[in-house]
Amino acid sequence: MDKLLRHTPTEVAERKALSINPAKTCQPIGAMYAALGIHGCLPHSHGSQGCCAYHRSMLTRHYKEPVSAATSSFTEGSSVFGGQSNLLQAINNIFTVYEPDVIAVHTTCLSETIGDDVPQIVDKAKKDGKVPDNKYVVSASTPSYVGSHVTGFANMVRGMIKDFAEPTGKKNGKVNIIPGFVEPSDMEEVKRLAELMKVKTIVMPDTSGVLNGPLTGEFHMFPEGGVTVDELKDSANSRGTLALGEWASAEGARYLDTEYKVPCTVLPLPIGLNNTDRFVDTLRRLGGVSVPETILHERGQLVDLISDYHQYFYGKKVALVGDPDQLIALTEFLVSIDMQPVHIVTGTQGKTFYKRIEEITKDAPFEPNVKEHGDMFLLHQWIKNEPVDLIIGNTYCKYMARDEDIPHIRHGFPIIDRVGHQYFPTVGYRGAIRLLEKIVDALLSRLDRDNPVESFELVY
Amino acid sequence: MATKDKLVNFTNRDLNDLKEELLKKYPPKVARKRAKQFMVNEATDGNPPEIQANVRTIPGIITMRGCTYAGCKGVILGPTRDIVNITHGPIGCGFYSWLTRRNQTKPESNDDWNFMPYAFSTDMSEHDIVFGGEKKLKQAIREAYEIFKPKAIAIFATCPVGLIGDDIHAAAREVKQDLNDKGVDINIFGFSCEGYKGVSQSAGHHIANNQIFSHVVGLDDDAKPAKYSINMLGEYNIGGDAFVIEELLNRCGIEINSTFSGNSTYDQFARAHTADLNCIMCHRSINYVAEMMETKFGIPWIKVNFLGVDSTAKSMRKIAQYFGDKELIEKVEEVIAEEMPAVEMALADIKPRTEGKTAMLFVGGSRAHHYQDLFKEMGMRTLAAGYEFAHRDDYEGRRVLGDIKVDADSRNIEELEVEACPTRFKPRKTEEEKAQLEAEGFEFKGYDGIMSDMSTDSLVIDDLNQYEADELVKRFRPDVFCAGIKEKFGIQKMGIPMKQLHSYDSGGPYAGFKGAVNFYKEIDRLVNSRVWSFMKAPWEKNPELSATFVWENN
Repeated sequence: MDKLLRHTPTEVAERKALSINPAKTCQPIGAMYAALGIHGCLPHSHGSQGCCAYHRSMLTRHYKEPVSAATSSFTEGSSVFGGQSNLLQAINNIFTVYEPDVIAVHTTCLSETIGDDVPQIVDKAKKDGKVPDNKYVVSASTPSYVGSHVTGFANMVRGMIKDFAEPTGKKNGKVNIIPGFVEPSDMEEVKRLAELMKVKTIVMPDTSGVLNGPLTGEFHMFPEGGVTVDELKDSANSRGTLALGEWASAEGARYLDTEYKVPCTVLPLPIGLNNTDRFVDTLRRLGGVSVPETILHERGQLVDLISDYHQYFYGKKVALVGDPDQLIALTEFLVSIDMQPVHIVTGTQGKTFYKRIEEITKDAPFEPNVKEHGDMFLLHQWIKNEPVDLIIGNTYCKYMARDEDIPHIRHGFPIIDRVGHQYFPTVGYRGAIRLLEKIVDALLSRLDRDNPVESFELVY
Repeated sequence: MATKDKLVNFTNRDLNDLKEELLKKYPPKVARKRAKQFMVNEATDGNPPEIQANVRTIPGIITMRGCTYAGCKGVILGPTRDIVNITHGPIGCGFYSWLTRRNQTKPESNDDWNFMPYAFSTDMSEHDIVFGGEKKLKQAIREAYEIFKPKAIAIFATCPVGLIGDDIHAAAREVKQDLNDKGVDINIFGFSCEGYKGVSQSAGHHIANNQIFSHVVGLDDDAKPAKYSINMLGEYNIGGDAFVIEELLNRCGIEINSTFSGNSTYDQFARAHTADLNCIMCHRSINYVAEMMETKFGIPWIKVNFLGVDSTAKSMRKIAQYFGDKELIEKVEEVIAEEMPAVEMALADIKPRTEGKTAMLFVGGSRAHHYQDLFKEMGMRTLAAGYEFAHRDDYEGRRVLGDIKVDADSRNIEELEVEACPTRFKPRKTEEEKAQLEAEGFEFKGYDGIMSDMSTDSLVIDDLNQYEADELVKRFRPDVFCAGIKEKFGIQKMGIPMKQLHSYDSGGPYAGFKGAVNFYKEIDRLVNSRVWSFMKAPWEKNPELSATFVWENN
């Protein structure tokens, strides 16, 4: 048999130390992605230059967009004597050469291990006059050996709020939305729904327009999009914060709540019917508005599609791998259309993951295999033991999808062999419609391929 | 000079002015340093100007470079399929070096090992950083052995591992000894390739090659090399290049005994010392291995280049000349003659559309040189080029090797002390034979560097950064820009097609004659794609209001 992952045995043996085919990556890339969602911001990686190169490469491959970011370029000397002089020099060079409004510094495993105190170094840079007037340096501590890329996103969001948010004592009437580690298209869709509801929002971070920009013949290191510094400052004066996704967004929202009494609500990512309902309903109450007919119409269209194609969803087994926030929402959506996500693996840590999946699947006619801090090698072994009809996960799933001859829908991070994720949302009712389209397409294309001639059907 | 004025007919004075102008943007210290890495290639009696290379990246300046780990695990060991490569560190490094270089491989049968689609890591947590990760590493090696039963396991150290002092070599030795004692034939070795060592990927290449040389090369004496047996060094089989080269040479009767490291295997490394000639493609990444093999085993080396039709033919002839057999020399001519019609046909079709166009290449440590040959064949001119991680010899030629100052960042990369192996050293050619070949114009151990091949009115820039790249593109508006994935979309936003020469985008192979044809077609597609004409909407190109409405004409 001509297999790509031919050495993966069916028997699952316990592993204590070896991670094989990870279902996560490290904090700094999430921090870099979040920082790109600030207008006029150059992310800066405080560590060796390889980290920055890898993160820029991976983000570029995923978004097919320029990703500018700088690095402290540690060498052996800086690793021994500390990275202060590198960072001071970097801050000076960056403001002189690239002229960003903001530098967002995140740490790496190297600078964390040697114990560099970034806020203190930034403070020194300010005192030394290396930070021009009306320019800012924000920071987040993102050691790679803690959590995952999702944690890094959360920490940078918290960092930008912590360093910017500034209460004026006057409420602005807006709702803060922390959209989670999602695509620029998803952030755009969240904004669109809020606009339809006439709720004024501060979406932070906001990578729409930054990582799905047009080709115009001009390169702007700092494109139009992104949450502005003024908005970030103003986030302390909002009427509430909606954090979408516990893992990626709750930290920042809770900070605003405890520090500045901006009440926070943590919701699942608005993927699928129920989760979008929750989002819209919460936004309605927070914003003190009513839901317009347009949104109800979109909801009805989604319900219509579910009913039209329910026969193809019903009882189909799915394997899921990705980030916890994504998986919790996806699982609920799949269960709601009577599909069976039987194998669910996230690489990110967090014991509450088991609890959330259990709640969602408790009335479903199946018991899923669930693993937090797991890897794709384990997922593959599970699939070998109990095959599925569909795999939903990032590009790396294509190897097992091909080996086991199972349709694969690309979702999550990274997607480096297909396009669309940067333009078409999977959140909101419209996003759910797109997800369903992909699911139906995958399942029916498979039927078209496999059905014998006598049962080959024109109509589905 | 306005930023957006395109430079068309420029003199060296314009180029020097441009350089001065670009440097003005930098803080003075940075400008002084960049001035030495940014050259107009003004040759004086064949001696190119001195360039500063292989020096530290400037913090905060957006570089194209990666790190030592990337050079070691990603570049050198990445294309070897049958070694279980375990990254010892937090998950990121292992994840990012997982299948991202497009190194293809072709196991001989479906039973053969192929671990390239897998990523192995110890996924270190905070606990491991605080209390040490050696125990976890040893456990991980044992688990890898239990599941996969490979013939070799390699360990790669990441930044924090070096800091906390985990001894990966001791861990490797201990588990190896233990398994060997139990009768398991397995080789386990480590690479101290922490990302902060050295100033670029180049340090990682060196660390990787040293360890392969120390732990694997020479282990298999039983190999029976063919009549004309060579090793191909510094060829990484991106997009299938090595397959093309191998097929081409096989047709001539030349066997590739081992490749370092495109489509490579552990067994190939182990028998590398049995070949009769070493051919170097990427001078930067591996020239010292050829040197060491010559000293230790008596295998001479030559520089070859299989990118570009002329270079390919020249390299094939050079190999044939080395072996000196009439039969081989004739066979090589025959194979070249067989390949040429397809090349000529492709060029006849493509050249009218590419002739006179311009290119810039900033990539790798030989690629920016080699690819200029292909562009030349298409009638295209290279305006500017430079390397990401090269040393001075890659620019100025090996004659400057003695003048290169060894600094602290190079000193921490181990230089192996190599001497002739008492049992395996065997001179392939006598001194007389070598002298005879040299008298015929044959060049052993030679490389003249990129500068000698470039025109005197072009720019050579080491460690190009994003600001300079943007400015170069704005001033020259080249027809194609070649670099890596990080540079790709910024350049394209400016309306200039960008070809990745690290990973070839989705294309390749580009080596040999067949590869050249692929490359011609690819560049033709890029520079003539209609998409570059779509960037401005019609109303942006012609903003004046016209007097009539369409319906008034009906």
